[in-house]
Amino acid sequence: MLEHILSILIFFPALAGVMGFMINKESMRAYGVSVATIEFVLSLLLWFSFDNTVSSMQFMEQLPLIPSFGINYILGVDGISLFIVIMASLFTMIGIASLTETPNVKNMIITLLFLQMTMVGVFTALDGIVFYVFWELSLVPMLYIIGAWGGPMRIYASVKFFLYTFAGSLVMLVGMLFMAYLFYQATGRWSFALFDWYRLVLPENFQLWLFAAFFIGFAIKVPMFPFHTWLPYAHGQAPTIGSVILAAVLLKMGTYAFIRFSLPLFPDASVYFMYPVAVIAIIMIIYTAMVAYAQKDVKQVVAYSSVSHMGVIILGTFALNVEGISGSVFLMIGHGIVSGALFLLVGVIYDRRHTKLMSEFGGLAHIMPKYATIFGIMMMASVGMPLLINFVGEFLSLLGFYAQSHMLTLLAGVAIIVGAIYMLIAYKRMFFGEVTKEENKNLTDVNRRELIALVPLVIISIWLGIYPKPILEPINNSVELVVQTMHNKATTEDAKMRIPNISGVVISKTSMKEDH
Amino acid sequence: MLSPVNISLESLNLVTLAPMLIPFIGALMILAIDIFRGGLDKSLYVVISILFLALDFGTLLESAGVFSEEGIKLGVFNVMLIDGLAILAQFIIVATSMLFIPLALTHKRFHEFSYPEFFALFLFMIGGFQFMVASDNLILIFVGLETASLALYTLIAMHNRDKSFEAAVKYFTMGALAAGFYTFGSMIFYALTGSVEIHQIDSTLAHNGYANIGFLLVGVVFLLVSFAFKLSVVPFHTWTPDVYEGSSAAMAGYMSIVPKIAAFVVVMRLFEFLIHSNVVWLEVVLYAFVVITMTAANMWALVQTDVKRMLAYSSISHAGFVMAAILIGTTQSNSALFLYWILFSFTNLGAFSMLWISRQKELPGYQKTDHSFEKFSGMIKTSPMAAFVMGIFMLSLAGIPPFALFWGKIYMISSAVTSGYTILALIMALNSAIAGYYYIKLIVYMFMKDPIASNVDNEGKLYVANATTALKTIIGFAIIGTIFAFLALDPLLEFVKAFVYNSGY
Repeated sequence: MLEHILSILIFFPALAGVMGFMINKESMRAYGVSVATIEFVLSLLLWFSFDNTVSSMQFMEQLPLIPSFGINYILGVDGISLFIVIMASLFTMIGIASLTETPNVKNMIITLLFLQMTMVGVFTALDGIVFYVFWELSLVPMLYIIGAWGGPMRIYASVKFFLYTFAGSLVMLVGMLFMAYLFYQATGRWSFALFDWYRLVLPENFQLWLFAAFFIGFAIKVPMFPFHTWLPYAHGQAPTIGSVILAAVLLKMGTYAFIRFSLPLFPDASVYFMYPVAVIAIIMIIYTAMVAYAQKDVKQVVAYSSVSHMGVIILGTFALNVEGISGSVFLMIGHGIVSGALFLLVGVIYDRRHTKLMSEFGGLAHIMPKYATIFGIMMMASVGMPLLINFVGEFLSLLGFYAQSHMLTLLAGVAIIVGAIYMLIAYKRMFFGEVTKEENKNLTDVNRRELIALVPLVIISIWLGIYPKPILEPINNSVELVVQTMHNKATTEDAKMRIPNISGVVISKTSMKEDH
Repeated sequence: MLSPVNISLESLNLVTLAPMLIPFIGALMILAIDIFRGGLDKSLYVVISILFLALDFGTLLESAGVFSEEGIKLGVFNVMLIDGLAILAQFIIVATSMLFIPLALTHKRFHEFSYPEFFALFLFMIGGFQFMVASDNLILIFVGLETASLALYTLIAMHNRDKSFEAAVKYFTMGALAAGFYTFGSMIFYALTGSVEIHQIDSTLAHNGYANIGFLLVGVVFLLVSFAFKLSVVPFHTWTPDVYEGSSAAMAGYMSIVPKIAAFVVVMRLFEFLIHSNVVWLEVVLYAFVVITMTAANMWALVQTDVKRMLAYSSISHAGFVMAAILIGTTQSNSALFLYWILFSFTNLGAFSMLWISRQKELPGYQKTDHSFEKFSGMIKTSPMAAFVMGIFMLSLAGIPPFALFWGKIYMISSAVTSGYTILALIMALNSAIAGYYYIKLIVYMFMKDPIASNVDNEGKLYVANATTALKTIIGFAIIGTIFAFLALDPLLEFVKAFVYNSGY
């Protein structure tokens, strides 16, 4: 079973989703929770059978799909993708378990199960086209979730989300086809397999163009600064479950893809574009923090703060050294847990008051003490308090980038600290002071179902904040391999200097000319 | 006194005619049955048509086998040319026709199907198209083209609605104009080279080094325009949406596939050598045609309020996309054309069939046209299965993986990248993004809007008003093909590539 565990992880939820059409409407919720729990247990099994000391891909599977065009069904998981897969199954489980009264709950749960298939698929696919298939397919369930269960402007928001990402990824598709063609030119056979592409050393001008093509696809997904405009709409209109999955998992596809594709495929271009990307990342951090400060709607505050922190992840990734990339991968996990939890928390108060405006609240700490505590912990985690999960990732990301540029790191660090202000103010407006609104006086505190969803997230964010080693170690191993690949492949002097050489890791490579 | 001409029967190679003659025999048989006993039910004629098409398909398999062993065959005074292109195109034509004809078995009564002439004309049309693709003689191509087109005009007019007459007359007028251009163009080529056979024209022109370039250009312009009409390339597309709107949804779906693949094959034969010759500006003109057709048709599709008109514009755009293969002109791109069209055929036929099964006789007040977008709002709530199927067809047309059309799309874009047309590849990709909007628009209506009250009351019967088991089976075929295309893709690709390559394209 273990040799096919990744395929099982991908297709079990989809199969269960198809079978779900036969389940009675009243029993659907229980069915959804059971399926998602089985999936989560399977993903934990994956973790326990994962060998932490191995830095390369594990549980590889390979099947020819369209061999004459070089498309193969290749799966594998390493330290970078393992925890995102686990997080995806965790959030699907939590999301379904905490689902409030929803019309057409059956369609919603089936859609979520399909979405889970695409999420696991994206993070385990090691073939360009298979990756692209899952990447695109993930848009469809999300389109439906936002468009069918969202707020008043849901259709605009969902279509904008879809078209933005669709357009971006089509440019990326052209890049992939070009990449496969370059491989064909070098070796005489078509291949979309990532490991074949890793062996290809490209001239710098090709790298620059291809980097740009991939960048558009990934940057829209992240979303990076000028392309971020779809996100506030999507978050603002999406139902709670949609926002949670979007923020926790779907956005990570972009940052993950940077590490999986852009960096090792185009090391010289990555160095070339390091400063521009870093500047965009810093603009993202500062600008969205300022926008978040101006919001009246608490969900928008969380949404913008989520974009702001994605900027730190990008910054860490483009540090191009082990600390930075490990930190950014860890921050992906942390950001997923924290922003997922924050969106769940906003959903809790929205269910009770049917408003998300902060001016409607105030003094909630008196009425809902448990809620205020959990919100407080998560808010602290979000602003990067030491001993909470995000601190580790942010610190490592900044440490990594410090090696490249002191000034920019300083700027980013200050921005993060200043960014804490808007979260604290939002918290103050909602929870402290007198209870001003009559409707707020009789609110009930978090109930059991909500606690089941929230408490594990609190525990995880404290546990990994204090003791990150179980996750950080496998991440670190795999990241070392990525950095070494980049160092070996880099052709320019500047890139060789900027990307550190890690001794002890041996990687075979073939250049464009020597093969065949 | 004329000396007798001695020709042995073997040298005529009459077996090359077999696939085309079978539908003609079928058509005559239907007419004969009608003479002996009138007033028979349409199901009889449907089944007879299917049987003859199956026979036709069988002989095609036979000639495919012969082709893969012995290569290109010429026959009947060398006017018949049975190469890989001819066989592939005939496969698409006959298979799509077999999927189309059961759509006549509707629940509601449409009077065109009660005439046996409908089925006879249908089979004549198929024979015409088969002649058209299996020849490189400009005259025989013309005869095939006109046989097929005249039958098709009549089939459209038989759909007894005001708009159908308008559509048929419009199509006829435009078709006549195109035919005029075609004969003019052929005439000029004959005057220049003394031959009406495309390979002869090619070698003569190559031999005299494209002398008389001025006349040649005039000839190319005439031929290009005539096929631009047939393929509904912008700006010669204006008849298309009206004709599609006037004909029944099933017929519109059929028209978006079969006449076009036949025209594509002729265009491929004609322009393949021209584009590789000294006629430089032809590349520029084709490039412009491809880009404008794709983009403009997409723009128009965005603003349509009727699903059928939207699909009409979308098929113009798909044709423009595929035209790129002619422009690129490599083996990969020509294979991509066939692969794309095979995948497109069942996706698009499925989408139009979904409109066909929801065809009502009387329109309720909120609906201005047969298939307005409002009709489909909230479909997921009243008939989820139909909404799901239609949604898959839309996603496939939009090129969302892993559905059928995506694979055709990447192969086509890849062929553009491979031949150095990177900008074209980007334009093609971005056009897919634009197209995404109007396909998603239907999904938005079906999945995200609330149903209209009267539809809730009758539990979505509207969407399957015209459905019978036969129609549902066809849609079942189409949806299975659309979803699981990726499983059959490798053998299909190998097959298409081998056939195209061995025909020298």
